[in-house]
Amino acid sequence: MQQRLKNRLGLLGWLGGGRYGLDRYAYALHRLTGLGILAYFIMHIFVTGKRLGGPEQWESTMAVFGSLFFKVGEFLVVLAFAFHAINGIRLILVELGWLIGKPGAPSFPYSYSTLRHKPLFIVFMVFAAVLMIISGADFYLILK
Amino acid sequence: MNNSATQDKAILKTVKFEILRYNPAGNESPHLENYSVPVTKGMTVLDGLTWIKEHLDSSLSWRSSCRMGICGSCGMFINGLPRLACNNQIVHLHSDRVVVKPLPNYDIIRDLVPDLEGLFSKHRSVKPYLIRKDVSEQDKPTGEFFQSEQELLNYIQFAYCIKCGLCMAACPTVATSEEYAGPQSLTAGWRYLSDTRDEGASERQDVLYSSHGVYRCHFAGACSQVCPKGVDPALAIQMAKRDAFMKGFGFGKERKASSVMSPVQDWTPRGDIPNAPEKTAGNTGSKREP
Amino acid sequence: MRESRLWFWHILSAIVILVLLGLHMGTKHLSELLHMIGIGSGDPVQSAQVFHRSQQAVYMITYILLLGTGLFHGLYGLRSIFFELSLSKTLEKLIGGVLAVAGIALFVYGSYVAVLLFQTSGV
Repeated sequence: MQQRLKNRLGLLGWLGGGRYGLDRYAYALHRLTGLGILAYFIMHIFVTGKRLGGPEQWESTMAVFGSLFFKVGEFLVVLAFAFHAINGIRLILVELGWLIGKPGAPSFPYSYSTLRHKPLFIVFMVFAAVLMIISGADFYLILK
Repeated sequence: MNNSATQDKAILKTVKFEILRYNPAGNESPHLENYSVPVTKGMTVLDGLTWIKEHLDSSLSWRSSCRMGICGSCGMFINGLPRLACNNQIVHLHSDRVVVKPLPNYDIIRDLVPDLEGLFSKHRSVKPYLIRKDVSEQDKPTGEFFQSEQELLNYIQFAYCIKCGLCMAACPTVATSEEYAGPQSLTAGWRYLSDTRDEGASERQDVLYSSHGVYRCHFAGACSQVCPKGVDPALAIQMAKRDAFMKGFGFGKERKASSVMSPVQDWTPRGDIPNAPEKTAGNTGSKREP
Repeated sequence: MRESRLWFWHILSAIVILVLLGLHMGTKHLSELLHMIGIGSGDPVQSAQVFHRSQQAVYMITYILLLGTGLFHGLYGLRSIFFELSLSKTLEKLIGGVLAVAGIALFVYGSYVAVLLFQTSGV
């Protein structure tokens, strides 16, 4: 057999949305936010473990995390959570077969699940944006 | 008549084809080559490739057959999306640049020819055919298996797959995973799992619900977007997940396979309609009987 | 089908997290807004408040529940990503094992903290 040229897209294939639909971008963002939240969560377990050292140690730990760098970092986690949670509700419903229609006889122009789902997709994203704006308002008050 | 024929041949515009060339026998590395192609009314991307082969470069290779979106041979990566070359007119791409590359996520054999063996072997792995416990009935049928129209509509869409492999080229999970069964084969598996005539659930479930099965789909939706036949693989995969979830919590009922229809009794044909064709199953003394 | 069962828990844990983490994020990260409309004191990480919460049974139980569901959901998600990277069967098994052990270890540590702080309240 002659030599084949490998053409698997690799990580760029799953991160890059290209000319595909919005769902593809939501998919990549869901993964990235998930990884970010997991990293924060594991850190959070150890940070809250500092409570064992008593109030003094807790105060000194919080003093470290009270800096602007960590405040902005925490705000990013809140934004990631807002997206991951709302998109997650959408995904649970979709993966259990709701909100994407039922199979039927295909006739041109074809209707398909992601197309039928698009209006609801936008509703969910607007909801996520509203949550982000609310938490943004809170963050503004913290900074002030 | 002559006049309209020449009008149809009128050149609308000239577009630049950028085609990925790769020759395993040659020394050149894969590269894009440019060709300028005059576009006439109704000219598809496939027609464009044929024009190049006829007029500019006879060494250009691709795979195609029916020219009408039925055989599924000419899947290519055209202007950023996997599409059938025969199904897309150049003017409908709304661009003066037509970038044609072989389908991603498959090895390239030469130029625009992808190696679809992975697709076919995964398709085979889900056993895409009716499985009945009663093998003798399948080999020597005494009648047709019953199926209502609604039961047919529940899967017929997924049976329209032409194995062009565009969905696998679009899928972000296939992009990183060699083992993932992929939208095509999972859809084929669900097509038979949801067919009321089928009894092969236990033989397919190990592939469909394995650690490289339906749960590696996260509804990025690209497969359904690019499918040229409206098969909607994303829908089939979510239905498969829903089915497992419902059954896992005792909501879904185990489906009983449909039975052989009993022949119609006491029936006299109306005089004014022609005779029905010979039965294909259960007709003793027919030519098909061994 | 093992994978099916893991995925069911992935979905079910997501629903639990949605409720608990929704409350957690609401009270901890919208505290300024809530304070404006008269709920809470504004700074949820003051040590007096933190230790007051730690000593309530309701908080201890929800902390442990959120810890367990959160770890399972997050680590199964991470495992999903690893399983989509064309790794060898041995490496997949190894990663599955390492993530399971890490998850259990983190769960034990986190619950130990929660239970210990709750018990000190009785003293």
